[in-house]
Amino acid sequence: MLNPFLAQQGGAIETPQIDYAAILPILIVLGAACVGVLLEAFLPKHQRWPVQVGLTLLTIVAAGVALGAYVGDAPEQGITTLSGTVAVDAPALFLWGTLLALALGAVLLIADRSVEPGGAFVAQAGISPGTVQDRAQVSSTGMQTEVFPLTLFALGGMMTFTAANDLLTMFIALEVLSLPLYLMCGLARRRRLISQEAAVKYFLLGAFASAFFLYGIAMLYGYAGSVRLADIAAATAGTDRSDTLLFAGFGLLMVGLLFKGSVGPFHTWTPDVYQGAPTPITAFMAACTKVAAFGALLRVLFVAFESTSWEWRGVLWAVAIISMAVGAILGLTQTDVKRMIAYSSIAHAGFLLVGTMAITDEGLSGTLFYLLAYGFTTLAAFGVISLVRDASGEATHLSAWAGLSKRSPLLAAVFTFLLLALAGIPLTSGFVGKFVVFSAALSDGMAPLVVIALVFSAVAAFFYLRVVVLMYFSEPAPEGPTVSVPGAFTTAAITLGVVVTLLLGVLPAFALDWAGAGGFALSS
Amino acid sequence: MTPTYYLLLSALLFTIGAVGVLVRRNAVVVFMCVELMLNAVNLSLVTFGRINGEIDGQVMAFFVMVVAAAEVVVGLAIIMAIFRTRRSASIDDTNLLKY
Repeated sequence: MLNPFLAQQGGAIETPQIDYAAILPILIVLGAACVGVLLEAFLPKHQRWPVQVGLTLLTIVAAGVALGAYVGDAPEQGITTLSGTVAVDAPALFLWGTLLALALGAVLLIADRSVEPGGAFVAQAGISPGTVQDRAQVSSTGMQTEVFPLTLFALGGMMTFTAANDLLTMFIALEVLSLPLYLMCGLARRRRLISQEAAVKYFLLGAFASAFFLYGIAMLYGYAGSVRLADIAAATAGTDRSDTLLFAGFGLLMVGLLFKGSVGPFHTWTPDVYQGAPTPITAFMAACTKVAAFGALLRVLFVAFESTSWEWRGVLWAVAIISMAVGAILGLTQTDVKRMIAYSSIAHAGFLLVGTMAITDEGLSGTLFYLLAYGFTTLAAFGVISLVRDASGEATHLSAWAGLSKRSPLLAAVFTFLLLALAGIPLTSGFVGKFVVFSAALSDGMAPLVVIALVFSAVAAFFYLRVVVLMYFSEPAPEGPTVSVPGAFTTAAITLGVVVTLLLGVLPAFALDWAGAGGFALSS
Repeated sequence: MTPTYYLLLSALLFTIGAVGVLVRRNAVVVFMCVELMLNAVNLSLVTFGRINGEIDGQVMAFFVMVVAAAEVVVGLAIIMAIFRTRRSASIDDTNLLKY
């Protein structure tokens, strides 16, 4: 017998309308990623690096130009295209711009070959650590250039993730952004055992979390009869299905999203992966994954679950408090600078969640601004970390950073500025970000949470200042690390991060205006 | 037969998979448990599709299968790399990164 559902469908399937101009940035990035894979297969080895770097930088610039051209005459309410699965609205355009700018900085760090002859990546991923070939590859100038197309695939996934207007598209985008990151974590040139360990941990935990995300989708599909965010919102207003499905689905969905944003109790992978991954990849993950995850979280909460906010807000309060507490308190005990920034990112995820929970226009624009500010600061911070080196590679242990201001006053000054921005001192972007997020939460009636957040940002400021004191007021160790002179690429990336951090701190009006340009497209 | 039983079966399979991820020590077995979770979700999706009387659920199950296949490729590559280094696929042995 024929499947009864197929018989019911009837009629020809209509081709969905596609607004190519709106999704052109994503198409450029993913298309260039495919070209990059082909180049990898057909070009001789010595030509790959310059061609891949050129292609990747060109792609990001081209996608930025396409985005800029579209923003000029984009409809104010935003549009949905591809039969409602992708929404191109003001927040999506803002996040795309942020992601492209951050990815440009990250690609510059990835492509840098000045601080180490062949860059931060292994010459051939197939070589086992500890063998003769492995010792040879450490000093070789080769590099696994697949990193560049993988970066573009991850970037394309992130851009789709922030614009996905139904949960299935969101799941596919989540996997497209995650799978390349799992691989790139394991490609460090030095300390390959911890790099591979980071890849395994990230992969197994990431797959575990995305299974929860998917089960949440299934529950919500059962509840609303559709995975469109707008249909879920309509179903919460009135449906005969059990609320158990709604709240189970919401909870499971949040596990997946909060895991990607390294929030609160779902953070356990973050310190290990940030420490083990090659530093340019850590910079890419810390900046761009956070932006993508919170972009998707904002869209899900604002579009699908706005009307049920009183039911779930209590749970997210607890999550935000746990996240801030874990990040700020465990950050105090860290002795490795990459791990310390990882705990700082967990604390910042908590602050971001405070803004996300305020389902108001101020909450939306504040969180978007915070993401922009935090992304550039953390990108530049990891760029600086990649410059402090000793014979075995990067010297990330905090004891090696003692008295660094005497070796390199400029580097110490830049890192101090970035740490102050992470702590949220005035005249940096971190202060403005915290201010807009907390004031949005305050005006939405979350005063106790804001007080808790202020206490934890004071605790977190202590461990940033500890590093500043260590750099300026300690005697340098006799066998201490050297500070590499960065090449053009790393200099450009760090300068980009520092300049944006300063500009957003002094003249935030422009970015705040853009972040508040409009809300999510609500039509399905 | 009511479709609810399939939802219960799916929840049971998902739980078995989740517990397996938490208690098993071999990376390949852990990964198989994740696959069990994904397939339990597929059963849910198809069942909800049946309850809702539309084929969307079945279509979603196909997407999930494709994603699961891609995940296998990446995952086994990573597990192979670490197995060749350590001659063991136990996730208790990978313990250089902690605290």
